[in-house]
Amino acid sequence: MVEELVFVNFWSSPFGCRVKIALEEKGIPYDYKEEDLFNKTSFLSEINPVYNKVPVLVHNGKSICESLNIIEYIDEAWSDRSPSFLPSDPYQRSQARFWADFIDKELYEASKKIYRCKGEEQESGKKELLRILKLVEGELGNKPFFGGDNLGFVDISLIPFYSRFYTWETFGKFSIEEECPNLMAWAKRCSQKESVAKSLVDPIKIYDFIFYLNKYLTK
Amino acid sequence: MADPVKLYGTVLSAYVCRAKIALNMKGIKYENIEEDLSNKSADLLKYNPVHKKVPVLVHNGNPISESLVIVEYIDDVWKGVPILPQDPYERAVARFLAKFIDEKCIPVIKAVGSNGDEQSIAEACEQLQILENELKVKGTKFFGGDNIGLVDIAADFIAYWHAIREEAAGIKFFTADKFPKLTKWADDFVNCQVVKSTLPPREHMLAFYMKFFGKANDEESYRSDVDQLGNGSNVDQHQW
Repeated sequence: MVEELVFVNFWSSPFGCRVKIALEEKGIPYDYKEEDLFNKTSFLSEINPVYNKVPVLVHNGKSICESLNIIEYIDEAWSDRSPSFLPSDPYQRSQARFWADFIDKELYEASKKIYRCKGEEQESGKKELLRILKLVEGELGNKPFFGGDNLGFVDISLIPFYSRFYTWETFGKFSIEEECPNLMAWAKRCSQKESVAKSLVDPIKIYDFIFYLNKYLTK
Repeated sequence: MADPVKLYGTVLSAYVCRAKIALNMKGIKYENIEEDLSNKSADLLKYNPVHKKVPVLVHNGNPISESLVIVEYIDDVWKGVPILPQDPYERAVARFLAKFIDEKCIPVIKAVGSNGDEQSIAEACEQLQILENELKVKGTKFFGGDNIGLVDIAADFIAYWHAIREEAAGIKFFTADKFPKLTKWADDFVNCQVVKSTLPPREHMLAFYMKFFGKANDEESYRSDVDQLGNGSNVDQHQW
């Protein structure tokens, strides 16, 4: 059967980046469709009626939404292709899901305060972000990747935010290298992987986008 | 000898019940450890240092936190009655809906509270309609099919706690008229053998919510229950 796979995304989305990395890691061919988030199409609301958001993966006409969900789907639907993103041991799997869920729930929200807010709120966002990054760095420990010797579920969940380090550091006036040196080393290690290098967005492009988006939103 | 299983929780919590339902589905015996959320045990803080919340499942000394992560873990470890479907797409749909219930549905429903303004009620009904439509399209007794599954478990708050909360708040919008499928589903769900024994007694839950909405007559017991809730920094109000 001819597989039809469409990956719907917006270029700056760290959540979409996760999906791209997962598809590249497994070497799965797909069609890409860019959705303009400032001018969403009716196609997006058809394939994601609940949230009307990217990313969405449409596999043989069936849509899968929410990035972590999509990664698990890719892992299970293409279980014959290596690598596996989730460990085979149930306890390790639960830990991978826990940390990916933690990153999902907390990181993005905290980071937004750094570039959308000023004064005390910005400071609290920065504190919160550093708390999250340090906790995650603790979980990494001495391993080269969260997944062990190779990229796993948690690595794929987190690495897209590497593109935003420059933005956070510039707005928040701090250095992630100084605060979380092991995490920085991990990020650099990840970005040497072909799937990640192909998928990460240029940090300056992200900064410019966020900078101009802020101006637009605060008009 | 069976591997020891402990569950740290509180009897009133819908999130803790999710873990209990999943364990019951697999027929797993466990030690239930009741936590006082205003005075969390050293063990709980050790086992869940990141969130400091219940439920926490401890299996062979290994802790697992976050109720939906726990439910998937239970499904991964113990065979028998499946909690998630086999097919990857069906699994993705189940996970999506479970997360939707947690991240959008429940918070929007709870936001109605005792204010009952039209806009928040309309938003809550919009989320419930998504679940109503899902049951309509599936045409099955439960979200999981003939038996309960991940989505049913995730929606336990809607099946049981919500109606009690509505009564305490004095605002009703989850009606059989508007949501016939969901109403029938709720009734079937709470009457499942594996669910019944996990649910806190209705009068306890109602008394709790009455106090939560500041409608208690007994000021003194309200204050002690607020302390029990632990109106401090490390208790997530949205647990209730």
